[in-house]
Amino acid sequence: MKRARSLIRLLGKIEGLPVAVVFVILIIAFIITAPDVFLKWRIYMSFLQTVAPPLILGLGLTLVITAGEIDLSFPATVAFAGYVFTWSFRTFGDNMDPTLAALIGLGLALIAGGFVGYINGLLVARIGVPAIMATLAAQFFWYGVTVLLAGGLQAALKTIEDNRVHSVLTGRIYGIIPDPARGRIGIPTQALWALGLAVVLWIILNRHKFGEAVMFIGDNPNVARVMGVNVETTKIQLFTLMGVIAAFAGVILTLEMRVFYPTQGQGMLLPVMAAVFIGGTSMAGGVGSIVGTFFGSYIIGSLEAGVVATGISGFWVQLVQGAVMGGSVVLNTILGRGDIAVLSDRVRQWGIPMRAASREAPSSDLGT
Amino acid sequence: MAEESAPCALQMVNIEKYFGLVHALSNINMEVGRNEIVGLIGDNGAGKSTMVKILTGVHRPTSGELYVAGRKVDLDRYNVKTAHSYGIETVYQDKSLGEKQTLWRNFFVGRQITNRLGFIKVGEEKRIAREIMLNTIGFRGRGITVDSTVSKLSGGERQGVAIGRAMHFEAELIVLDEPTVALSLKEVHKVLNFVHKIKEAGKACIYISHALHDVYEVADRFIVLDRGEIVASIEKGNTTLKELDTFLLEYAHGLKDKRES
Repeated sequence: MKRARSLIRLLGKIEGLPVAVVFVILIIAFIITAPDVFLKWRIYMSFLQTVAPPLILGLGLTLVITAGEIDLSFPATVAFAGYVFTWSFRTFGDNMDPTLAALIGLGLALIAGGFVGYINGLLVARIGVPAIMATLAAQFFWYGVTVLLAGGLQAALKTIEDNRVHSVLTGRIYGIIPDPARGRIGIPTQALWALGLAVVLWIILNRHKFGEAVMFIGDNPNVARVMGVNVETTKIQLFTLMGVIAAFAGVILTLEMRVFYPTQGQGMLLPVMAAVFIGGTSMAGGVGSIVGTFFGSYIIGSLEAGVVATGISGFWVQLVQGAVMGGSVVLNTILGRGDIAVLSDRVRQWGIPMRAASREAPSSDLGT
Repeated sequence: MAEESAPCALQMVNIEKYFGLVHALSNINMEVGRNEIVGLIGDNGAGKSTMVKILTGVHRPTSGELYVAGRKVDLDRYNVKTAHSYGIETVYQDKSLGEKQTLWRNFFVGRQITNRLGFIKVGEEKRIAREIMLNTIGFRGRGITVDSTVSKLSGGERQGVAIGRAMHFEAELIVLDEPTVALSLKEVHKVLNFVHKIKEAGKACIYISHALHDVYEVADRFIVLDRGEIVASIEKGNTTLKELDTFLLEYAHGLKDKRES
C-alpha cells in the first residue's frame, strides 16, 4: 500500500499524465474495437487536422482559466478573425502578390482578435464586470458584427490553395508517414503549429513572470496585489493574448476549409472548455496544465470519430463522451492530489461539503 | 534631528485621522527603534489597524508627520509600493501567500529573478528560497521542500514563510498584523520563534495582537491603544505579564465606568 501510494504520488507530479493515460487507453480501446480504422494512419492524420483549431483555443483558454477568469467570446473571435482574413485576402489579393495579401490578412485578423480580447480585458479589469458576463456579451456582439459584415454569407477563398501562407499554416507534409497511395496522406502542418504554441505557452505559464502572475491572480488576487503583481494590467494582457490566439485558430480553420462561414467556431465553446477541464486545469483558478489541455483536446476530438468507427450506433456518441469526460476528471482529482487516501476520506464523508471536510483534516493533525 | 545617532526605524508625529466625522486616531506620537519589537495592543476598534494602514501606506492620515529611518515621508506620495521601497513589509494573517503555489514561487512573486526577457531563473530562485528556509527562518518542517505548495503548510509555517520572505528582501520594519489569530498553541509558538529571528537579524517589528500573552513573550515595549489614543507605552523591564494584564483590565473597566457615569 505504501509503495503504491508513493508511486501514485510520483505519477501525480508528472504534468498531464492522468489525461495522457486516458488518451492512450482510449486509442487502445478504439484499436481493439475498430482495427480496420485505427490501425491505419489516415484516421490519425484526420485527428491532427480537426483537433488543431480547438486545441489552439484550449491552450489559450487554459491561461485564462488559470487566472480564475473565463472567456466565452472565443467562438465569435474565430468567426470575426476568419472574416477579417477572408475580406483582406479578397480585397488585396487582386492587386498584389497573393502571399503578401494573405500575410496582411493574417496580421489584420490577429490584430482584430487582439482588439476583441483587449476590450474584454478592459471590461473585466478596469470596469470590474465579471468575465462570464463581459465575454458572453462580447460573444453575441462580435458574432453579430461578423454576420452583419459578411451579410450572413459564406465566402470562398478560391486561389488560397496555391498560396504559401496556406501551405505553411495548413498544408501537408508528405513522405514521413508511410503512404502507399503516394501524396494522399500527409501530416497537417496546423498540428505542428498547435504543438509549437503548446510549447511556447507552457514556457510562458511555467517559466515566465507573466505566467506566474497569472497563477497568483487565479489563486488569490489580493495576495497577488500585495506582492506587487499588477493585477489589472496582467488581466488585460491575458484577455488580449486569448483574443490573438482565438484569431489564429480562426484563420487556421478558414484556411483549412478554404471557405469562410459566418458560423465558424460556433459550437466549439463547450468541447474546448471540456478539454481544458479534463486536462486538470482548476476551475477555481491558480493551477493550469498545458500538457493536460493538449491531451484533453485530443480525447475530445477523437471521441466522436472513434465511437462512430467502432460501428455502434451514432446515438452512443454523447453518452461515451460524457463517460470519458467524467472518468478523466475523477482520475485527475485522485492523481492530482497525489494521495489516494484523500479519495477514501471523501468517500467516507460523502455528503459533507468538501470544504468542511478538508478543513477538518489539518485540525486533527494538530491535535496529535 | 533624525539623521544622527541611530535614527528610529519609524516615527509618527502628531498623527490624526478622521473618517468623515469619526475621529479614528488622535494625536498619535510613537517611535519604533532600529532593532525593537513593539507590541501594539488594544481592544477591537481601538485604532490598531488604522494605525498600521497609515504606516504601510494604505490610508493617508488627516494630519501629522511620518518619518521612516529618520527621513520625512512625503505623505501625498506615500502608498504600499513606496512603503515597500522604504523597507516596510506587512505580514497579514491570511493575505500573504498564494496557497496553490510552490514555496519558491511565493518567495519571489512580484520580485522574480529573471533574465532580460522576463523568464524566471528557476534554479537560482529555488536555491535562494532553500537558503532562506534553512538559514533565515530555520525551517525544518517534515518533508517540506521549496517545491511544496503552501496548502501543505500549517498556519504557523505559513507565517514563517511570509516573515522569512520579508527578512530576505531587507525589510527594516516588519509589521505583523494579528499573525496568530486562529492558530493552535503549537503554531503560535512557531510564529513567536520567527519573531525572535527578526530581533536576531537586527530588524524592527510591530507586533499587533490582542493575545497579550504572545505579545509579552516577544516584545521589548508595549504600546497600548484605546479609542484612537495612545494611553500607555511600557517597557517590558518595568512590568510583568500579570501587571500588564491587570493594567489593561483596569483600564478597560475604568473607561467603562466613566462611560456609564
